[in-house]
Amino acid sequence: MPKTADFTKKIYVALIFIFLYAPIATLIVLSFNASKTRAKWGGFTMQWYVSLMQDETILDALGTTLLIALLSAFIAAIIGTVACIAMSGMKKKTRAVFMGVTNIPMLNADIVTGISLMLLFISLGLRFGFGTILLSHITFNIPYVILSVYPRMKQLNPSVYEAALDLGASPLTAFFRVTLPDLMPGILSGFLMAFTMSLDDFIITHFTKGSGINTLSTKIYTELRKGIKPEMYALSTIIFVTVLVLLILVNITPDKASKEKKNL
Amino acid sequence: MKSKKHLLAAPYAAWAVIFIVVPLCMILYYGITDKQGAFTAENILAIASPGHARALWRSVLLSFVSTVICFLLAYPLAMILAAKKENNGSFIILIFILPMWMNFLLRTLAWQTLLEKTGVINSVLAFLGLPAMHMINTSSAIVLGMVYNFLPFMVLPLYNALSKIDDNVIHAAKDLGANKIQSFLHIILPLSVPGIISGVTMVFVPALTTFVISTLLGGSKVLLIGNVIEQEFTQASNWHLGSGLSIVLMIFILLNMVVTALFEKEET
Repeated sequence: MPKTADFTKKIYVALIFIFLYAPIATLIVLSFNASKTRAKWGGFTMQWYVSLMQDETILDALGTTLLIALLSAFIAAIIGTVACIAMSGMKKKTRAVFMGVTNIPMLNADIVTGISLMLLFISLGLRFGFGTILLSHITFNIPYVILSVYPRMKQLNPSVYEAALDLGASPLTAFFRVTLPDLMPGILSGFLMAFTMSLDDFIITHFTKGSGINTLSTKIYTELRKGIKPEMYALSTIIFVTVLVLLILVNITPDKASKEKKNL
Repeated sequence: MKSKKHLLAAPYAAWAVIFIVVPLCMILYYGITDKQGAFTAENILAIASPGHARALWRSVLLSFVSTVICFLLAYPLAMILAAKKENNGSFIILIFILPMWMNFLLRTLAWQTLLEKTGVINSVLAFLGLPAMHMINTSSAIVLGMVYNFLPFMVLPLYNALSKIDDNVIHAAKDLGANKIQSFLHIILPLSVPGIISGVTMVFVPALTTFVISTLLGGSKVLLIGNVIEQEFTQASNWHLGSGLSIVLMIFILLNMVVTALFEKEET
């Protein structure tokens, strides 16, 4: 009896896994498809990977996407961490207001956030482009940082910080040598989450970008009618495989991770 | 020190006011005024016009169905995963985050390839000697796209809630004579309510407001409220009407939050 139950469980997990990864497998297969139409298999080719290297519009969009993701996640990590430190010293009610506002971009619909930012940028007379995309991405990224840093902040032991002060450290030194290292795992996971969200965002970018600039998402959206360039499949396969390899590398070094845990 | 700490709140406070609060107020302003700037309720009442009402109803229905399916699929999965305590969760979370590194539009587009008349699934059906199914450009295709895209948002909070349940509580229930179903209904389910609430919200809201999934998998045949709003802003350029409809959308999001909050109170 337990054996069949175990088997059913494994089958169930496998089915969900297939459901999640079937489209990804499809895209990877398409990136090697010699036929330009999606519907037909025209044989195996590497040509899209070669022509990708010469496709400046795609490489431009990739550059913009990565730069926005990196900058917005980085700035959001700083603003968010500083906000968490400030919130830890607040009265309960003030903090509740801060947390409430922080939750708005998380709970609100992306389309409403995108439209509202577009209206703001228009009324401020900003030129739509890289800057407006960056501002929007920072805005929706800050909550991810706060929600991952703040729980760590609450677990901090304030007496360690105070001990550092007693031992003659300036508040700044004490912060950088004591508090920040303790917060770092939270900041890092917030940063990664923000980076991923920025990379994958389409809706908010769609409303806040100007003409003449594209991230990968908006580039794909404009190509929908004409048909997606196969180079795009090649690029996303490269990105996916790179991330997969990085993740596997990080995961097969558990020795280091467990050592770090012991040190904590 | 305390006063200094308060100063640290300034950058984020300023940011939140400028980029979160003010923009929302602007939507409210646009939503209740006309092009001359005079007050009007027309933009909001426009939701009652047959076309808009149909789009809204369809959005509510499809996102409700998607949320229920996501819940039914995710709960057993989260229970199975939470029972495997040894692999500290990070690996599981990665499996669900990893697809996000392949662009959301491309992933959804890939379903087109799978669902099309001459697509992968129909080819497999034909190979097995089964009749072809009409799948693309239907409401079901949109539901499938929603479930596919938002399932991780249901699994992760459920997994978090379920893996926090102390095994001893379940053992205690068993010792006191509860069978599997009883301990599930009276222990596991109530303790996972916070996870259910955040999972439901995180699936229902994006599903209710999407315009991309319906564009990609519904053709232009199935319009959702998100499509209507998007068109008002990008094609028709009637920002007042678009804002008015956005306000209606936000009311629905708030309603969802109120209902789930009430449900939470009743359960605990």
